[in-house]
Amino acid sequence: MATTDTLRRKVVFGETDLSDLDDVDLPAESMPLQMGPSHPAMHGTVRITLEVEGEKIKTSDIQIGYLHRCFEKEAEAATWTQIFPYTDRLNYVSPMLNNVGYAMAVEKLLDITGKIPERAQYIRVIVGEVSRITDHLTCIAASAMELGAFTVFFYLIKTREWLWELLEEVSGARLTHSYVRIGGVVADLPMGWSEKLLDVLGKVRTALSDADQMLTRNKIFRDRMDGVGVISKSDAAGWGLTGPVARSTGLAYDVRKDHPYLVYDRFDFDVPVGSTGDNFDRYACRLEEIYQSMRILEQALSGIPQGRIIIDDPRLALPAKRETYNTIEAMIAHFKLIMDGLHVPAGEVYSFTEGGNGELGFYLVSRGEGRPWKCRVRPPCFANLAVLTKVLPGLFIADVVPTFGMINMIGGECDR
Amino acid sequence: MATIVLDKLLERFTAAEVIETGSQHGDEWARVAPEAWLSIAEFLRDDPQLQMTMFIDLTCVDRIPDQPRFDVVLHLYSIEHKHRVRLLAGLPEADPVIDSLVSLWPGANWFEREAFDLYGVRFEGHPDLRRILLYPEFQGYPLRKDYPKEKRQPLLRRLPGSV
Amino acid sequence: MPLSFYSSKLADAVNWARKYSLFQYPFVTACCGMEFMALWAPKYDVARFGAEFPRFSPRQSDLLIVVGTVTEKQGPVLRRIYDQMCEPKWVIAFGVCASTGGFYQNYSTMPGADQVIPVDVYVPGCPPRPEQALDALILLQERIQRGEGHSQVVLKQEKGFDVPLATIRPTAKAGG
Repeated sequence: MATTDTLRRKVVFGETDLSDLDDVDLPAESMPLQMGPSHPAMHGTVRITLEVEGEKIKTSDIQIGYLHRCFEKEAEAATWTQIFPYTDRLNYVSPMLNNVGYAMAVEKLLDITGKIPERAQYIRVIVGEVSRITDHLTCIAASAMELGAFTVFFYLIKTREWLWELLEEVSGARLTHSYVRIGGVVADLPMGWSEKLLDVLGKVRTALSDADQMLTRNKIFRDRMDGVGVISKSDAAGWGLTGPVARSTGLAYDVRKDHPYLVYDRFDFDVPVGSTGDNFDRYACRLEEIYQSMRILEQALSGIPQGRIIIDDPRLALPAKRETYNTIEAMIAHFKLIMDGLHVPAGEVYSFTEGGNGELGFYLVSRGEGRPWKCRVRPPCFANLAVLTKVLPGLFIADVVPTFGMINMIGGECDR
Repeated sequence: MATIVLDKLLERFTAAEVIETGSQHGDEWARVAPEAWLSIAEFLRDDPQLQMTMFIDLTCVDRIPDQPRFDVVLHLYSIEHKHRVRLLAGLPEADPVIDSLVSLWPGANWFEREAFDLYGVRFEGHPDLRRILLYPEFQGYPLRKDYPKEKRQPLLRRLPGSV
Repeated sequence: MPLSFYSSKLADAVNWARKYSLFQYPFVTACCGMEFMALWAPKYDVARFGAEFPRFSPRQSDLLIVVGTVTEKQGPVLRRIYDQMCEPKWVIAFGVCASTGGFYQNYSTMPGADQVIPVDVYVPGCPPRPEQALDALILLQERIQRGEGHSQVVLKQEKGFDVPLATIRPTAKAGG
């Protein structure tokens, strides 16, 4: 009777006629493989434990939490304004969007959403969209680098540098801005900033068209991205997917269009929606979203009004420095705001904005003090990453890299 | 904001199940009994006028010193009708257990693991309830109000001479 | 010429070669990683200093750059990677989270990478500007040139003990 030993003996001794052994199964066992927490492609420190059979993945276990920095616990110990630096470090590639999202949540709890000065709202939209552009640029650059397209990485990171320089002029920091405050923003746009931004946007377009030419019709890139990591539209809602990942599956949900906030309803822009939900669609959605963000920026810069940049209420916003140093009322107001934090009436609120990865929600519970009772972030990439537990089995090991890259999991946001 | 969600909930379920509803700062919320958690969530997802198919968020709030101590909070959204709701269910301190929603929304899997990890609330029917953000050797539930913020549980022996 | 003249010249030459051919292992965890990417970028080019190409394997690198916050969960991983590197090896703690824990003082953040591995150069900043990181690299290169010893050697000489391999507590099975 033919057995595996017979097969082995025949193969070893170079027998060419193996047809009588067609029904013999070679023993096989799957191999555990770790794409460990320190891995060039696991940007954001995630550990994916795979069980592979040859190159095909049988099961996968995605282990996160390697960057759990206790945002909620720290927020419970900080005043409402002191939380802004912590929000910067959530989605650290688009920090302004987190700042804006948190500020809007507290303003919703204070019921002052309608009283934010218009110039402040325009500024929030402008810096938010610049941050969204840097988010998508970083995602595309890092993913392209992992697939071997180093030149695209250099072009897009160079572009990101120009945008960071502009944000540094506005807020003082290249990456972790803490620029937004409850009631407005902390400082006005410098003189000549709008012209510089328009100039840089022109350079961004050039860099994007270079990257587009190098990637979009590149056979190697397409082969690795087309049809890989497909997420179906019916999965999107059940898994809570939002953002470019959900829009690439065909689910047309964008918070800026469906529930407009700030002044987004005044701008004319499109939301790119994909059809197949594979990696290439996610890449194309992000690329197109950069162009749409630039459209919003051009409209916002031409329409921005003059005015205050923060709400005129001494219980909420710090008074101007000139008054703080010269009048006793302003000094006391300043002191109370810094030491106790601004007093937010008791209540709960869930506020949501469109972050770089999708619906960024803040669920705040206040007990009427200067510190929150609970400050929960609903992280978009937490849900986006969870769907990979369904997508990864069946892929090859090499497919994990572009799939994970295009989900754009940011460790600070996922693990908080 | 549309109050159709709360109206339909009140009409379909008894007062013992939907304990209280309200609308605050533009958000609709409903406090429900933990025993009716799964059936209410299923109704919200399947009813054709509500169709809350999108799972947004599941978390937990520690309401100490109020009783019941833990509140499991669920946020749902309907893409077709564009309305939202928040469901709250109070759980006692002694043994906080509630039904898992993984059978309705697969995305609830990781959110429930996180609530278990940080608050200690157990979810009945969850396929794989283990810690997600912290390591398995961690003792305790850190987001509870009685866990001190700076109590570290080092996984690795420190180098001599370090703080 | 005494023998020590030649051997010290040889040591200088070896140190010169070491400092200008650092193979970095970027242990990137958090936001500082973005500034680290900016270091590679054309504007703040780190290739000019010879430390260009990252080797994503600890066996092939000699400079471990801990970029970003180290959590308790990440501690054994960091220690294991440090142990897998061959002598001579140096460590830069990039960013204030890797130096002292930053403004995170909580149950999950390790207050600095030097809790579990010896660090040569600390770069403060949240995140540090790329110029600060380049300054740190130059400081490290000067240190290498002077032959002040890499972390393991320093610990043995100055503090007089051998840094033992990582001891991890036995893993409890599942649950929490």
